[in-house]
Amino acid sequence: MPRTLYQKIWDDHVVNKQDDGTCLIYIDRHLVHEVTSPQAFEGLRMAGRPVRKVENTLAVMDHNVPTTDRSLPIEEEDSRIQIETLRKNCEEFGVQLFDLTDKRQGIVHIIGPEQGFTQPGMTIVCGDSHTSTHGAFGALAFGIGTSEVEHVLATQTLIQKPAKNMRITVNGELPAGVTAKDMILAIIGEIGTAGGTGHVIEYAGDAVKNLSMEGRMTICNMSIEGGARAGLVAPDETTFQYLQGRPMAPKGETLDKAIAYWKTLFSDDGATYDKEITLNAADIPPTVTWGTTPEDVISITGSVPAPEDFKDPNKQASVKRMLEYMGLTAGTKIEDITIDKVFIGSCTNARIEDLREVAKIAKGKKVADGVEAMVVPGSGLVKAMAEEEGIADILIEAGFDWREPGCSMCLGMNPDQLKPGERCASTSNRNFEGRQGRGGRTHLLSPAMAAAAAVTGKLTDVRNFL
Amino acid sequence: MDAFTILNGKAAPLDMINVDTDIIIPKQFLKTVKRTGLGVSAFYNIRYDDNGNELPDFVLNKPEYKGAEILITGENFGCGSSREHAPWAILDMGIRCILAPSFADIFFNNSFKNGILPVVLPQEQIDALMQEAKDNPDALIEVDLEKQTITRGNKFSYEFDIDPFRKHCLLNGLDDIGLTLQKNNSIKDFEDLRKQDKPWI
Ligand code: SF4
Repeated sequence: MPRTLYQKIWDDHVVNKQDDGTCLIYIDRHLVHEVTSPQAFEGLRMAGRPVRKVENTLAVMDHNVPTTDRSLPIEEEDSRIQIETLRKNCEEFGVQLFDLTDKRQGIVHIIGPEQGFTQPGMTIVCGDSHTSTHGAFGALAFGIGTSEVEHVLATQTLIQKPAKNMRITVNGELPAGVTAKDMILAIIGEIGTAGGTGHVIEYAGDAVKNLSMEGRMTICNMSIEGGARAGLVAPDETTFQYLQGRPMAPKGETLDKAIAYWKTLFSDDGATYDKEITLNAADIPPTVTWGTTPEDVISITGSVPAPEDFKDPNKQASVKRMLEYMGLTAGTKIEDITIDKVFIGSCTNARIEDLREVAKIAKGKKVADGVEAMVVPGSGLVKAMAEEEGIADILIEAGFDWREPGCSMCLGMNPDQLKPGERCASTSNRNFEGRQGRGGRTHLLSPAMAAAAAVTGKLTDVRNFL
Repeated sequence: MDAFTILNGKAAPLDMINVDTDIIIPKQFLKTVKRTGLGVSAFYNIRYDDNGNELPDFVLNKPEYKGAEILITGENFGCGSSREHAPWAILDMGIRCILAPSFADIFFNNSFKNGILPVVLPQEQIDALMQEAKDNPDALIEVDLEKQTITRGNKFSYEFDIDPFRKHCLLNGLDDIGLTLQKNNSIKDFEDLRKQDKPWI
């Protein structure tokens, strides 16, 4: 029987199947960070259990870490305790940790691929919903809660039933100025924040195949914003090339063997999906969000919608609330919305390619008066690369604030936060109420669009800069 | 984990859709290294004003809904992050059962691991229950997991579906890890095979 990519990976990991269809599936890679792991390690300790496969487990601190000088002590006590707890747990259980002063430290979903820890055909989990990012390599990667983190630490397995399968095909070529971020925002606008619930989404079509690994990671990253458990892109030459020479990727003969296997990871002709959606890349404009869920998207050339523009009475009520929270009036042109802050970072868009896009727009210009623009590279290695390539100089020259790596203002667990009422153009993935700081107002957009907003002080069509 | 069998409790109507995990428990409370004590901070941004005083309009602040053990809410409840702090906070407030037309996957899963029963009901039934809870805040609702029913005397009775394995675990308060470790030999065999087949993993 023809199988989808998802089914192939799933079948390859079933350890045991119960009569009711519940399976025990094997987990190849486990990423750990400081926020969702303390209670899991505590559980192990209480039960006297070890970590089953320390060599397949990798830990990093990212959510809480300050993005300022790393040599200074962390001021906030709770954050410091959480970071110290991870350090202690990793020592006690023998788990490899990229500590604060390690060059390889960074956002958990950036460092996995960067090190070659993430590989095609694997099952990868982390106590973090954006684990879906790793699906860009054709790995089945999804977020889990802390109880499951403990379960994986102790058993290297999870109890699950297979998900449903959805394919989103994006045909054609993306227009100039339109990026992977616009593509995924447009997709979520199309399917809604619950459109992928219970499904694993496979992204296909020429527009997806033509994306770099960075772009593929951006779309898989936000699968969770469309409600999906995971996102997938079939591995191909782009994937193999990216992995070659990465510290944790296979080498030599083993690499040949691995590639031979990776080449079998695609959806067979005639495989069926529970849901299929097709988009045309040419129809996708530079896209921004106007509301407080990632499905509330609009073209940069559009206007803020009114509650009456929606049919569902529940949605109407929520649109009313969103407009109030966002401080927006229906009918306002998106390009007339002025901003206070710009955040360039997060596991969605803080890889080297994203920073190159930003530098391209910002080169020789200045951040607009009254706007604070922050750039937080996704990892120490991304930061070093950007400094080597001269990107950091371009951005600093333009007036951007160049920071140390971490999650930063994506969720503002560290001191990087919006103040009430502040409006931010952000390359992150969530525009929820209070996400970037209580009362803060977030517009999600691509790195290039964020750079354009930084230099004009307004949400701006990046195509004016091409 | 506490077993869940029959719950007889007050139900609070949280009439919102897409209640995300940042609403359920904002990030500043994720810095704990414990599972308990999050209840006072649950729904923080919509429950308290800037000075930390309770907002009288928020449903769980209203005297008639204090002590509610059941939450009735709109579609896509628990969307957003994987933070298990969300079900921990809800549980810590004393809520053991959530009724909604749909849930986000990870939240749904996390609830079971903490002895919370998330029940999916059709929108019409949720609408009816929501109205009931608004009209009769003090009336108790009975959730019977064994029978898979939600009833109030002879006023209404709804049946719900639940995965048999999850039901079994919840009814008996079973710890997943213990169960899985009974299959340790299968896991070991699987690992050995994999090592031969795919040595790079
Ligand atoms: S960057 Fe944001 S979304 Fe990504 S892991 Fe960190 S907090 Fe989560």
